[in-house]
Amino acid sequence: MIPLGHYLIVSAILFAIGTAGVFLRKNLITILLSIEIMLNAVNLTFVAFGRAQGNVDGQIITFFVMTVAAAEAAVGLAIVIGLFRHRESLNPDAFTSLKW
Amino acid sequence: MIAFIPLFPLLGFAINASMGRRLPKTISGGFASLVMLASFAVSVIVVSQVANLAPAQRAIEQTLYTWIASGDFNLDLTLRVDPLASVMILVITGIGSLIHIYSTAYMHEERDSEYARYFSYLNLFAAFMLVLVLGANFLVLFIGWEGVGLCSYLLIGFWFEKKSASDAGKKAFVVNRIGDYAFILGTLLLFVRFGTLDFQRIASAVAPLTPEGMFGTLSVATLLLFIGATGKSAQIPLYVWLPDAMEGPTPVSALIHAATMVTAGVYMIGRNAVLFSHAPETMMIVAVIGAATALFAGTIGLVQNDIKRVLAYSTVSQLGYMFLAMGVGAFGAGIFHLYTHAFFKACLFLGSGAVIHALHGEQDIRNMGGLKAGLPITYWTFLLGSLAIAGVPGLAGFFSKDEILFETFAHGHAILWTVGILTSLLTATYMFRLVFLTFHGERRDAPSHHLHDAPPAMALALVVLAVGSVLAGYAGVPGHNALGSWLEPSFTARSVTTLADAQVGVAGEAGGAGEASEGLEVTLMVVSSIVALLGIGLAFFIWLKRREIADKAAATFPGVYRLLLNKYYVDEIYDATIVEPIRIVSTEGLWRGIDVNLIDGAVNGTASIVDGSSSLLRRLQSGSVRAYAGSLLIGVVLILGYYLWR
Repeated sequence: MIPLGHYLIVSAILFAIGTAGVFLRKNLITILLSIEIMLNAVNLTFVAFGRAQGNVDGQIITFFVMTVAAAEAAVGLAIVIGLFRHRESLNPDAFTSLKW
Repeated sequence: MIAFIPLFPLLGFAINASMGRRLPKTISGGFASLVMLASFAVSVIVVSQVANLAPAQRAIEQTLYTWIASGDFNLDLTLRVDPLASVMILVITGIGSLIHIYSTAYMHEERDSEYARYFSYLNLFAAFMLVLVLGANFLVLFIGWEGVGLCSYLLIGFWFEKKSASDAGKKAFVVNRIGDYAFILGTLLLFVRFGTLDFQRIASAVAPLTPEGMFGTLSVATLLLFIGATGKSAQIPLYVWLPDAMEGPTPVSALIHAATMVTAGVYMIGRNAVLFSHAPETMMIVAVIGAATALFAGTIGLVQNDIKRVLAYSTVSQLGYMFLAMGVGAFGAGIFHLYTHAFFKACLFLGSGAVIHALHGEQDIRNMGGLKAGLPITYWTFLLGSLAIAGVPGLAGFFSKDEILFETFAHGHAILWTVGILTSLLTATYMFRLVFLTFHGERRDAPSHHLHDAPPAMALALVVLAVGSVLAGYAGVPGHNALGSWLEPSFTARSVTTLADAQVGVAGEAGGAGEASEGLEVTLMVVSSIVALLGIGLAFFIWLKRREIADKAAATFPGVYRLLLNKYYVDEIYDATIVEPIRIVSTEGLWRGIDVNLIDGAVNGTASIVDGSSSLLRRLQSGSVRAYAGSLLIGVVLILGYYLWR
C-alpha cells in the first residue's frame, strides 16, 4: 500500500512541471499541454484522497474534471488554430493587441 | 376696483413691451399716457369712495388671492387704500401722467423701438410703484419695492451705449441691494416677532406695548427697515447712487428720482408709523440722519455745475427733510412735504429737461445764461418751482417745510431745527444760483443755437406742475391742516381697543404741538421766511450782481471749494474702503485663491489622481498571457496561504 504522501508528492511534482511549462514554454500548444498536466496532477490528488478516505467522491470529481478538460482542449485547440491562421505564430507574446 | 390702478400701467407695459417696436410713436407714447390717465381716474374714484367713509374707517381693501398658505401662515395678495395710500396714488398717477405726457415730446428724437422701450419701462415703473403703496403687507410692498428698483436701473441705464449711464444704473442697483438686504432682514424680524406681515395687524400688535427704552427687537427691526429706506430714498450713507442716476432721461429723473420712487422710504416709515414711534432710539437715528443728509447734500448742491446734479442733491436734501420729520414723529408733516416736493421738484426737473432739450443736450450751467427771453414758459415755471422749494411764503414748499421745522422745534430738537433752518438757507441759495446762472445774465451758449421753447406736451406738464407748486401747500395750511387730519388715521392703529388707541395717541403726540404753541409757530414761520428771502438775496447778490465774489470765495478757500465740488470725496472714500477691498478680496482671494486653487484644484486634482494611478496600473496589463497567469498564480498562492496559515 503506497502511502497518501507519495501520491501527493508525485502530484505536486506534476503540478509544478505543468506550471513551469505554462510559464517557460513559448508555444501555445505546449502551454495547453502543460495545463493538461496541471489538471491531471489535480486529478491524481482527488483520486488519491478518495482512496485514502475510502469513498468515490474523488473519482466522481475527477470524471467531471476530465470532461471539462476534454472540452477545454477542444476549444483551446480551436482558438490556437484560429490565432495561428491570424498571426502565423504560436508564440503567446505575439498576441498583445488587447493591452493598452 | 383697486386692482385696476396698477393694472392699467401694467397693461401699457405689456402692449409697449410686446409690440411697441412696430407701433408709431404717437400710438406707443399716447397709449402709455392714456393708461396712466385711466389709472389716475380710477384712483380719483377710489379715493372719493375712501373719503366718503367715516374718518376712523377710511380704508378699502381688495384681496386678489391667497399668495402663500403654509400651515398657520397665510399671506394674501391684498391691496388697501387708506388715507396715506390715497395721497400716494394720486401723486403717482397724477404727476406720473403729466410726466408721461411730457415724455412724449421729450423723447421724440429716439427711434420708434427705443421710444416704445422707454414707455414700457415707465409704465412698468408706475405699476410697481402703485403696488408698493397699495400693498397691505410687507411682502406685497416688497414686490413693488424691488420692482421700482429694477425699473430705476433700467431707466438710468436707458442710454446703455454710454458707459457712464450703464455704470450709473449698476451703481444704483448695487447700492439699493445693500439697503434691500437690510429691509428683508427687518421684515423677517418683524414676522418672527409678530407672526404676521400685515401692516394693520402689526400696528395693532405694537400699539399696546410701551415704547422701547433700550435697543430691543422693535428698535433693531425698525433700524433695519430704515437702512432699507436709506438705500431707496438716498440718505446717508447710501445716497451716492442718486446723483449718478441723473444719467437717465430727464423725465425719469423727475418721476422716479424726485417725485415717487425715492420717497418710498419715507412712505414706508409713514406706513409703519405706529411701529416706528415705539422705537424711539430708531426715531432719533432717523431724525439725525435726515437732518445730516439735508445739510450735507445742500452744501454739495451749492457748487455743482451740472443743472441736473444740483437738482439731484437738492432732492437728497429735501428727502433728508422728510426723514427729519419722520424721525421727530411728525409723520403728517413728512408726507405733506413728500406731496408738495413731488410737485415742485418734478416741475424743476421737467424745467431743466426743457432747458437741456432747447440747448441740445447741454447740461453745464456755466454754458447757459440769459435763457429767460428765449424760453419764457420754462423760465416762469422753473422760477415758480424754485420759489416753492426755497420756501417763499405762500407757495407749496413754504407750508410743508415750515411744518417740519416747527414740529422739529416743538418736539424739542433745537439742534436739528438749526440744521434744518441752515439747510433752508442753502436751499434758497443754490436754487437761485441755478435760476440766475441759467436764465439771467448774458448768454454763454453757442450763439448759433436757435432756442425753441417747450413744445405743447412739455409746456402742459410744466404749467400744471407750476400751478401745483403754488397751490399744493394749501392742503396743509397751519391751524387748518386738512392734509394732516386726513392722514391721521393712517398713523394710528385701528381696530384695537379704545384704551390702546389712547396710548397710541399719547405716543404719537408726545410733546406735540398744542394749540398753545401757535405763537411759536408764527415766530418760526417768520424766521424761515426771512431765511428763504435771505438765501434768494444772497444768490442774487453773488451770482447776478457781483459774479467775482463767487470766484473770489472759491479762490480764497480752495480746499473747501474742492471738497464740495468733489462731493466730500465720498465716492472716492467708498471706492477705497469698500469697493476696492471687495474687488481685491474677490479677485485675489475668491477668484485666484478659492475658485482657481481650491475648487478647480479639487476637480483637476481628482482627475490627475486617477490619471497618475492609472498610468501606474496600466503597466500591469502587459498583454503577456504568462504575466497574467503569473499574477493569477501569485494571487491563488497568497489567498490559499492566508487561509492555511492564519
